[in-house]
Amino acid sequence: MSQTDLVEIVIHGRGGQGSVTAANLLVSAALKDGNKGLQAFPIFGAERRGAPVRAFARISENEIHLRSEIYSPDIVIVQDESIMDLVDVLKGLKDDGKILINTRKSPKDFPFSKKYNVATVDATSIALKYDITVGGIPVVNTPILGAVPKILSKVTLPSIQKTVMEKWKGTAGEKNVKATQEAFDTVEVDT
Amino acid sequence: MTIMIDTGNYIAAKAAVMARPQVVAAYPITPQTTLVEGIANYVANGEYKGEYICVESEHSAMAACIGASETGSRTFTATSSHGLLLMHEMLHWASLARLPIVMCNINRVIGPGWNIWTDENDSIAQRDTGWIQFYCSSNQEIFDTIIQSFKIAEHEKIVLPVMINYNAFILSHTSMPADIPTQKEIDDFLPPFKPHWKLDVNNPVTHGNIIGTAYYEHIRKGMQDAQDHAKKIIKDVAKEWERQFGRHHGDLIEYYHCDDAEYILISTGAIGAESKAAINNLRKEGIKIGLARLRVFRPFPEEEIRKLAKQSELIVIDRNISIGSNGAFYNEIKSALYGVSDTKVTGFIAGLGGKDVPYHDIETMCKKAIKSKKVNNSQIWFGFDGGE
Repeated sequence: MSQTDLVEIVIHGRGGQGSVTAANLLVSAALKDGNKGLQAFPIFGAERRGAPVRAFARISENEIHLRSEIYSPDIVIVQDESIMDLVDVLKGLKDDGKILINTRKSPKDFPFSKKYNVATVDATSIALKYDITVGGIPVVNTPILGAVPKILSKVTLPSIQKTVMEKWKGTAGEKNVKATQEAFDTVEVDT
Repeated sequence: MTIMIDTGNYIAAKAAVMARPQVVAAYPITPQTTLVEGIANYVANGEYKGEYICVESEHSAMAACIGASETGSRTFTATSSHGLLLMHEMLHWASLARLPIVMCNINRVIGPGWNIWTDENDSIAQRDTGWIQFYCSSNQEIFDTIIQSFKIAEHEKIVLPVMINYNAFILSHTSMPADIPTQKEIDDFLPPFKPHWKLDVNNPVTHGNIIGTAYYEHIRKGMQDAQDHAKKIIKDVAKEWERQFGRHHGDLIEYYHCDDAEYILISTGAIGAESKAAINNLRKEGIKIGLARLRVFRPFPEEEIRKLAKQSELIVIDRNISIGSNGAFYNEIKSALYGVSDTKVTGFIAGLGGKDVPYHDIETMCKKAIKSKKVNNSQIWFGFDGGE
């Protein structure tokens, strides 16, 4: 890494779950918090609904020179717990890295919590509670973002909520804001 | 000014529309598609009031731009890869007819094997068409270069088309922030296009007629003179942009830590940006190395390259290959140095087919070049045997 304050994030999800949207919302929020170096990008190639996909984000206070993929993230976000059976989500995660998982479980339930800082939030239940669904399927990408400020100080909850309100006007925006708040309040962070 | 976070393509669409072209004619191709989709959205929401022509192929897209430009309209299009290749005949037409069309080309691999990722072989193959060629390394630079390009293309001493290249996906589909000036600021910088000649039904004249041997060379010479003028005008326009908007991406070249450099890495596009991270790390190790990111390939910055060779050994990374010869940039650099400098120049081929070129690979290439005793190591295929 060439700049010390750079944070690199990998978001794992399934095609159609809005992983790229989550990455975009995250960097838009980070801009509001004064960060100038921002990138959000998909895995480059064809995507299929339901297949494991990745999205990437970089956040820094300064301009970012990097244009390559992210090989050793500081933070991993897992939108769909079942992906962990298919994909090594810990691959390349830095030794002091953090992993945020959408699950009903607690951080201690994951054996790798001995090595990494694990945070857990039940974003699926939150999405269902606030009726954030598409075709009956819960959309977890905004709820899970509410938990991010607890593990990343570069982004604040009010900025995430402002960004969400810009993206979705009216009731849809309000539901998503409430969901981010609940995720923020209920995320379990292993310390 | 407002900050827009969006992909290279959507930021290019914004720039294109803010330049107020009277005509856009385009045909979609991955990974350019979202650029023309972006312009179509501006048509739908009323922000773009020009003529938007959906055509049936890229050859037709350029033909439509040529026709529109001949009537005195400011004209924009965008394409990629096979689309650019299909345009090839019309690219010559546009420049020989001296039409200041501005086009984005999203650098994408040529198939087969089928591949939608990035390298520069599509635009390198258009090297001799007479178009001015820019290579961008960030979304902000894409925006700024599109606006600048209209001014450069339409300048009375140039009147040539301009191609703005940027990497497939790495820039076209990556969201990054860009400062977007107000429409008034853009209008002040880029006044309406005043054509130097145009088709006018009230004053009919013939253009493109048969021309004898005595005159044809004048046309070619005129294009060459225009490209020579462009070397200065590109610099002037970049300076004017900096005065007005406070941003400078370099003119023909962007220099990074070159002042005391014993070695200079020459790269372009996204690899050019990534190279800065490599330079920072190599400098931390005590290696006096700098970066010259080539921003313009036509006109080729010969004088600048000669100056660099006076102080430093050169290392070149080409994301393209002129099969049967070397990387295109390597060849042009060597050609510029002939008879002037015998400094060591080491050439790498890397990142073809969109293969990722991260900073640590760039560092490895630089170290290998520095260690090498060969004066002309013209072609090390990075990632192959002997290339680490």
